[in-house]
Amino acid sequence: MHAETATPNPKLIVKDLNFFYGKERALKDINLTIPEKMVTAFIGPSGCGKSTLLRTFNRMYQLYPKQSATGEVLLDGQNLLDKKQDLNMLRAKIGMVFQKPTPFPMSIYDNIAFGVKLYEKLSRNEMDERVEWTLKKAALWNEVKDKLKQSGTGLSGGQQQRLCIARAIAVKPQVLLLDEPTSALDPISTANIEKLVDELKQDFTIVIVTHNMQQAARISDFTAYMYLGELIEFGDTSTVFTNPKRKETEDYITGRFG
Amino acid sequence: MFDLYTRRRITNLVSLGISVLTMAFGLFWLGWILWTLLAYGLPHLSLSVFTQTTPPPGSTGGLVNAIFGSLMMTGLGVLIGTPIGILAGTYLAEFGQRGWLAPLTRFINDVLLSAPSIVIGMFVYEVYVVKVGHFAGWGGAFALAIIVIPVVIRTTENMLRLVPNSLREAAAALGAPQWKIINFVTLRAARAGILTGILLAVARVSGETAPLLFTALNNQFWSSNMNQPMANLPVVIFQFAMSPYDDWQSLAWAGALLITVSVLTLNILARVLFRQQSTHH
Repeated sequence: MHAETATPNPKLIVKDLNFFYGKERALKDINLTIPEKMVTAFIGPSGCGKSTLLRTFNRMYQLYPKQSATGEVLLDGQNLLDKKQDLNMLRAKIGMVFQKPTPFPMSIYDNIAFGVKLYEKLSRNEMDERVEWTLKKAALWNEVKDKLKQSGTGLSGGQQQRLCIARAIAVKPQVLLLDEPTSALDPISTANIEKLVDELKQDFTIVIVTHNMQQAARISDFTAYMYLGELIEFGDTSTVFTNPKRKETEDYITGRFG
Repeated sequence: MFDLYTRRRITNLVSLGISVLTMAFGLFWLGWILWTLLAYGLPHLSLSVFTQTTPPPGSTGGLVNAIFGSLMMTGLGVLIGTPIGILAGTYLAEFGQRGWLAPLTRFINDVLLSAPSIVIGMFVYEVYVVKVGHFAGWGGAFALAIIVIPVVIRTTENMLRLVPNSLREAAAALGAPQWKIINFVTLRAARAGILTGILLAVARVSGETAPLLFTALNNQFWSSNMNQPMANLPVVIFQFAMSPYDDWQSLAWAGALLITVSVLTLNILARVLFRQQSTHH
């Protein structure tokens, strides 16, 4: 499950990234390279900036007037933070799943179709196929195939979260950002989602924020440990967990701190 | 004297007692009003109330022209006021984070929300009735629309604010432009709440007398012409209840009962609708 290739292709390159909530500096000179079609995990104690970092990758912070970022985030060489970059096109390329399941108040089918319709014109048949492909990919098809017209809000928490993952991959993004996707779920649903993440990395570059270190160890190829807005250590997961270079990382993962 | 636990129990009992008493106090008056209305109104609520027009003193008649006029003006008022209210409320909730326009609008709306309805009646009288030279149903509809707008603005904004931000973020994360997020996600999530607000607005205006007194006035006869004075329940009740004639007073009671029952029904309907939404999430 861990990285075996020596030099993976870089997908996202973060250069000198700083982030501000008003005047408060929440990310400090982050430099990081996220490899293509691998799972990269961000770990660290609450408030360390791992979710903030994730949210710069699709400029989610722009919904809020007081938040801003400086530096560069390069997707295949293109700076995402560039003001000229079309925000909606960018977000279509980078999918995101949140901590709490967020099904839209519409049918399961329309939950998937909503995002697809934004950028593609599909016939009825093609859309049906896309919905089926997506739900199969998200390991949800067997549970919902007979109730596609029912409301997405009627599903269980774990199903809702898989629906949200399905919705994110339906638009065929290149990168999938997962912000603590299992923290609101029971162990069985969590296991389902972890299995799913492992399968999805064949097609997508995945970045996952998690509070659960075992989860990071289980599913990620690379791990970044963050503390107080700084990137303390970044490397392939087995090294970070078994032989960390920095004392702070070791203290955190062995439970002596945080 | 007492131990901590007993003291808490006594405090609990006393506050519970006061709460129950105040609730009973409120319910007592509501019950009395309903009882009086039923006692005086029900005996006069015959079929002719719904089939005949308002009579001259001393002869029998009904309220059909007033019922029709009330439905027309309330309906048109809500039809005019609702879209404006929903659009303005959406602006306040979805775009109102930055700038000075939204806080100002919100403040003016609060003033409008508590403005005495007679002021609104006089306003429409001055800008509409005086200009066209006679009382008219449209004036009534406009006055009621002005009362509907702030109610709908307030509920729309409140209901949209109840929609969790994570839902907006989730839609934005798919690359949806803001108008699509609002149309297909947030407004849809707040639908039942907004509908509740509209129903409450209908309930609010259906008993308004003052704005209609200055605008639609009244009409003794059947008239569906919105450009002419128009009969309506509140003004008919006001006029008939003040009169010395027994049969007019009876009709006023019947009319009062009708309005009260419809307002009560609308309120219950609004509650049921809103509860359905709350259990849905």
